[in-house]
Amino acid sequence: MLQNTPLKVALVGNPNTGKTSLFNQLTGLKQKVGNYPGITVDKKQGSCKITDSQSAIISDLPGTYSINPTSLDETLVLETLLDTENKDFPDAVIVVAEIENLKRNLLLFSQIKELSIPTVLVINMADQLKRKGISIDIDALEKELKTTIILISARKKQGIDALKAELLNYKNWDTTPLLNIADKIDACFFKQVKEDFKDVPLYKAWLLITQQEYCSFLSDDMHKRIDEIKNSCDAIKKFQHKETIYRYQRINEILKTTYKVDKSKATDTRSRLDAILTHRVFGYAIFAGILFLIFQSIFDWASLPMDLIDQFFAELSSFAKTNMTPGVFTNLIAEGIIPGIGGVVIFIPQIAILFLFIATLEETGYMSRVVFLMDKIMRRFGMSGKSVIPLISGTACSIPAIMAARNISGWKERLITILVTPFTTCSARIPVYAIIISLIIPDEKVLGIFNLQGLALFALYAIGFAAAIVSAMLLNRILKIKQRSFFIIEMPNYKIPSIKNLVITVIEKTKAFVFGAGKIILALSIILWFLASSGPAAYDNAETTINQQSESAQLSDDELAHKIASYKLENSYIGIMGKTIEPVIKPLGYDWKIGIALISSFAAREVFVGTLATIYSVGDDGEDTATIKERMRAEVHPETGEKIFNFASGMSLMMYYVFAMQCIGTLAIVKRETNSWKWPILQVVGMGILAYITAMITFMILS
Amino acid sequence: MHTIANLNVGERGIIEQFLFESIPLQLLEMGCLPGQEVKLIQLAPLYDPLYIKVNGSHLAIRKETAAQIKISKL
Repeated sequence: MLQNTPLKVALVGNPNTGKTSLFNQLTGLKQKVGNYPGITVDKKQGSCKITDSQSAIISDLPGTYSINPTSLDETLVLETLLDTENKDFPDAVIVVAEIENLKRNLLLFSQIKELSIPTVLVINMADQLKRKGISIDIDALEKELKTTIILISARKKQGIDALKAELLNYKNWDTTPLLNIADKIDACFFKQVKEDFKDVPLYKAWLLITQQEYCSFLSDDMHKRIDEIKNSCDAIKKFQHKETIYRYQRINEILKTTYKVDKSKATDTRSRLDAILTHRVFGYAIFAGILFLIFQSIFDWASLPMDLIDQFFAELSSFAKTNMTPGVFTNLIAEGIIPGIGGVVIFIPQIAILFLFIATLEETGYMSRVVFLMDKIMRRFGMSGKSVIPLISGTACSIPAIMAARNISGWKERLITILVTPFTTCSARIPVYAIIISLIIPDEKVLGIFNLQGLALFALYAIGFAAAIVSAMLLNRILKIKQRSFFIIEMPNYKIPSIKNLVITVIEKTKAFVFGAGKIILALSIILWFLASSGPAAYDNAETTINQQSESAQLSDDELAHKIASYKLENSYIGIMGKTIEPVIKPLGYDWKIGIALISSFAAREVFVGTLATIYSVGDDGEDTATIKERMRAEVHPETGEKIFNFASGMSLMMYYVFAMQCIGTLAIVKRETNSWKWPILQVVGMGILAYITAMITFMILS
Repeated sequence: MHTIANLNVGERGIIEQFLFESIPLQLLEMGCLPGQEVKLIQLAPLYDPLYIKVNGSHLAIRKETAAQIKISKL
């Protein structure tokens, strides 16, 4: 059958209208998150089959209350709808509203309607009209709003087919503007706009003037014309207020005759829940309980699947070794690629659980209550209540966490949040901590109930959080940034989360994490393996050298092979690199092998364990299937004969990981989000010095 | 003279005309407009921010913003 070019459809709406539920219903798992070129916002698109011959590319634009952006994310809505040259410029727009907040939802609709792009209004949660005592006269409302209205229930999958059918008809939708804002605001000013911008529709020109700084697509000539008119008029802000007031007046008039609520049907579940969840004692207690539950699940529930994954990859690796023809290629697979992939896959349980929790907190509407509870406290540290979300997400991974700081509107509050988030213990540090703790902290109980190793891990998290808070306090003092920050959040109604939305979010985010980090880790483990298994002349002559040295000594074959292997490793490229940096890290109690692991873990912290695994297994003589932990325990210093991983060096290493900013991905995202190299460099240097000094002091005290 | 900031929990008022410089546009866009009824639903534990219902919207705003919005108490 002949395929028509896919329709480009943009989904726009207030937050909490079920826009994403609708997106999920339309596209299912056929979604893709990419980046918009130039701006740093994630682009969520998915394809949707309308008929056999017609499909649509649906873009889920960030939720916004108005076309006038107040945060980075919201800029995307403006850009997509105004930049007609953009390849994502939509053929049709779906504005999603919901029955309870229709009035406020219609403000955005009325703005978009003005742009003369074919637009349809979808009213979600229509299945609950009766229960909430709401009645809407759809025919009259369609006439008043000059649009087609589709009632849907995204969660119950009602009305989706009707919406798809209507999309085919988009060319016939009414595109006449809803309101004549010009006369109502200031006829004289708008006459001037009309004259100056003959080539641009009036409302679009008005948006370009008021939102100039957010429109990256404007030509120099346009900027000049906008600057001119801006200089000639000092009442633009006032006009914006007048516009909003006028829009609400019209919407109120329209809804007066078409929208009725029977107040007797109203339930007060919301106020009852609010009374508990934002209570001055219970509110915090419940929040603390939820945090405890999250951490408990990351440490405890995730450990079983993680152990299984670990074992699986260890066995896969030895299976490859024994069953493939011995040689360079087999070694690459068994020692480089399989442990490399294993190092990524092992995180899936923790990442998935964390994202599941965060998505649930957001879906239910509880996250807004946390923001409300925490705002005043966070402000003491120069942050906002909204910083809680990045700080919690930071325990999964700093990268999405720093991106989540976007909806903080004050620049100073946002910057501090971005700068301190990497102190929170991300899941990539867990394997490092876990392996060192198991080596140096005895597996004993104290006071009968607390596991010593568990307590140690908890203490590391606590130090990380404390570091975040203390440095936020310092930054708040040091940074001299004037900001006009407005804190306005909607307190949405409580909702039972939709399983479908949760599953899709968890799958999408986990996929993004695994493939993003996975590529780096995989590439790095191949490079590492190569550097560890080749070297200059001394490396190639290893066997002759050792054989000559050992001629007099009576060595068994095994001992000889082991000697050759470790001589090779020392003289490989990686050995040379490690030896070079050894003097720098010696005061911290590390040997050159740990040094290599420190360097490579700059790509991603979890590479630390993988690197040691690669180094030790390359240095190993063959059939041995000892786990990485056993190998680390057995490592002794060649000169002193002391264990490499002793209490002092282990603690020092953990302190280093608590404070160091050690992850290229985070560095890149901070550069992107702050749009400058200044802040990421400050982070790396500042956190690096702090980590080095703390680690050194720890080692000196304990050894 | 009253502002939203000195409402007690459960009290209501009508928003009076305000100066556009002092109120962010976003607050208007979320429904906080002159002539509308506003009710203080809850105070955060440290008395800030304020959880209000205005024009059908449930919002939380900081005390400093609330203190800019004059009302006549009901």
